[in-house]
Parts: sequence; structure tokens; C-alpha cells
Amino acid sequence: MGLDVQTWVQVSAFAGGGIAMGFGAIGAAIGEGLTAAQANAAISRSPKMAGDIFKGMLVGQAIAESASIFALVIAMILLFTKFSGTSYVTVAVVMAAGLSMGLGAIGSGVGSGFPAGAACIGMSRQPAMSGRLMTNMLIGSAVCQTPAIFALVTSFILLFTDFTARPVSPTWAAILGAGFASGFGAIGSGLGGGLVAETSCYGVSRQPLMVTPVTNVMLLGQAVTQTTAIYGLLVSFILMFKTFPGSGALAPASALLAAGLCMGIGAIGPGVGEGFTARSAVDAIARNGEATADLTRTMLVGQAVSESTGIYSLVIALVLIFVV
Amino acid sequence: MAIEGVDVIKSAAFLGAGLAMGLGAIGPGVGEGMAAAKACEAIGKNPKEAGLLTRTMLVGQAVSESTGIYSLVIALLLLFVV
Repeated sequence: MGLDVQTWVQVSAFAGGGIAMGFGAIGAAIGEGLTAAQANAAISRSPKMAGDIFKGMLVGQAIAESASIFALVIAMILLFTKFSGTSYVTVAVVMAAGLSMGLGAIGSGVGSGFPAGAACIGMSRQPAMSGRLMTNMLIGSAVCQTPAIFALVTSFILLFTDFTARPVSPTWAAILGAGFASGFGAIGSGLGGGLVAETSCYGVSRQPLMVTPVTNVMLLGQAVTQTTAIYGLLVSFILMFKTFPGSGALAPASALLAAGLCMGIGAIGPGVGEGFTARSAVDAIARNGEATADLTRTMLVGQAVSESTGIYSLVIALVLIFVV
Repeated sequence: MAIEGVDVIKSAAFLGAGLAMGLGAIGPGVGEGMAAAKACEAIGKNPKEAGLLTRTMLVGQAVSESTGIYSLVIALLLLFVV
């Protein structure tokens, strides 16, 4: 029984669509569940604020949902597009698009649920701050979504660029590696960014006078947390846009696949760890504003050290792509 | 096309290097973040000791970093020596 290229492309597109939506549903569902749980706790504490809290919950959940809507879009495109069956590279392309978006939606979905829940609790504690809490939550959640957007960008580039002229081997491995790099790479930063935004919402409600430093340091901490997702995006761009000479051997393909996996998986830990650091720094600033300068400095130093393993991963990925 | 033994060994070494560094980066990344988090908490409670706390944080992180460096060494060995 001989199956032609077109059949394999179709098989891979359907499997990729399933992976995109299946993995893509994990994060948002957990995040929104956490938000709803916190909203219930908040309403029981202060039933008079039920209207505002309910509104805050829905807005926060809508943002968390966007990660899985991206996954839905990619899954729909994979299911209903007629991909050309001229090259086996397309088999890898459609699978990588699904992997990138599915894995990439996990972290942002869970992460965006944290600040929304914290904002609900904050509104019950400090009703006068509910407008400011909403703004803070929106900013924090929006930053949480950026890793999912990086994954979406990678998926779109994969789907709408013509890779068929490239040699099948090792391009298939480069394409799959690109999917893994931006997909796995988004998990840690999404989660970490969410942890930071959560505490900043608690901080705003606990100490309304400290709104400005709390929001500023939140953004600074989240920005550092995003860096490993950016490394993942960088490696996936290199893997997608560099043309690799054709070769029948297995080793060049393995090197490219390994580069993507190395950067993607290596980005998870620093993303989460830097999120922990910034969370505690924001919390401490909300409690003791006088120490803001010291805390910001220590936070940045601590995050920089935490970043180092992400940089080692980047180095190994670049060595795998350009040197070996 | 016949796949040769040398080719298989090389590709296994590349994949191993990538996975060693990728998976090895998770632990130190999270652990060092936790160390820095506690240092920030402590500085918030006792800002006068910021210097001592930052120093202790860095020493703790340096020790935590060692497994990441082991992963880097193994990855480089797999890429260039073995």
C-alpha cells in the first residue's frame, strides 16, 4: 500500500490540528478555573461588590481565553486548508504549526488566570480601588499573553511561507525544531509573567498608595521574565529562515531538531524562576515602599543569575545550528 | 540511502546534547528564582541588611547553578569530544 505525499500532508495536518487544540485548551481552562474560584471567594467576602467582581472575572477570563482562541484558529486553519502535496517538508510544517501553538498556549492561559483572580480578591478587600485593579490586571494579563502571541506568529509564518523548494532533509528537522522552540519556550514565560501580575494586583489592593512603583516593577519583572520566550522565538526564526544545505545523513537533521528542543525546554525553568523572583519583589515593595530601590536591584541581579541557564541553552542551540 | 553507524552515533550525540542542556536548565532556573524571591522578601522585611542578603543570595544561586553548568559541560562534551 503506497500512500502519496498529499495523503501524508493531510494526516499530519489533522494530527497537528488536534495537538494544537488539545494542548491549547489546557492552560486557559486551568487559568479561568482559578479566576472563577477566586471570584467566588471574593464575592463571599464582600457580597456588595458582586457586580464589579463578576465583571472583573469575566474580563480576566476573556483575556486568558485568548490563548486558546489562538489555538482554535490554528486548528481550524489546519483542518480546512488544502495544503499542497508537492514536498514532504509540508508534512513537518503543518505538524510544527500545531505543536507550536498548542504548547505555546499552555503557559499564557494559566498565567493570565492568576492576575484576574487576584484582582477579584482585591476588589473585595478594597472596593475603592476596583478601577485601578482592573487596569493593573489588564496590563499584567496582556503581558502574559505575549508568549502565546509569539507562538501564534511562528505558527502563521510556518503555515503561510512556502518551504517546498527546500531540500526535505534536514529542513523537516529545522521546521519541527522551530515549532518546539517557540512552543515550549512560551510555557515558562507565560506562567512566570502571571505570577508577577498576580502579586501586583494583591499589592495594589493592600497598599493603594504604592500603585505606581508596584505597577512599574511588575512591568520590569515581567519584561525580564519574557526574555527566555524571546530566545525561543529567535531560535525558531533562525531555524525557519536559514536555508540548510540538503543532506541525506541523519546527523545534520538531528542537530537542528535538538537545537529547537534545547532552547524550548531550556526556556521553561528561567521563565518560571524569574517570575517567582519578581513576584516576591513586587510583594515586598507593596509592603515596604521605602526599600523599592534595593528590592528592584536585588530582583534584577537575582533574575540575571536565574537567566544564565537559559543563556546556556541558547548557546548550545546556536552551536548546534551554526557550528556542528 | 544506507544510514551508517557513525551517522547514527553523531545524531544521538547531538540530540543528547540538546536534551541535556534543555532539561538541565529547568531546575537551576526555577531554583535560583526561588532563592532570589526569598532574598527579596527578606530585604522587604529588613532593608538594612540588603548587602548581606544579596551576597548570600548570590552564593546560594551560584551553588544552585552548578547543575546547570554540569549540563553545559556534558552538552559540550557530547558536541565536540565524544
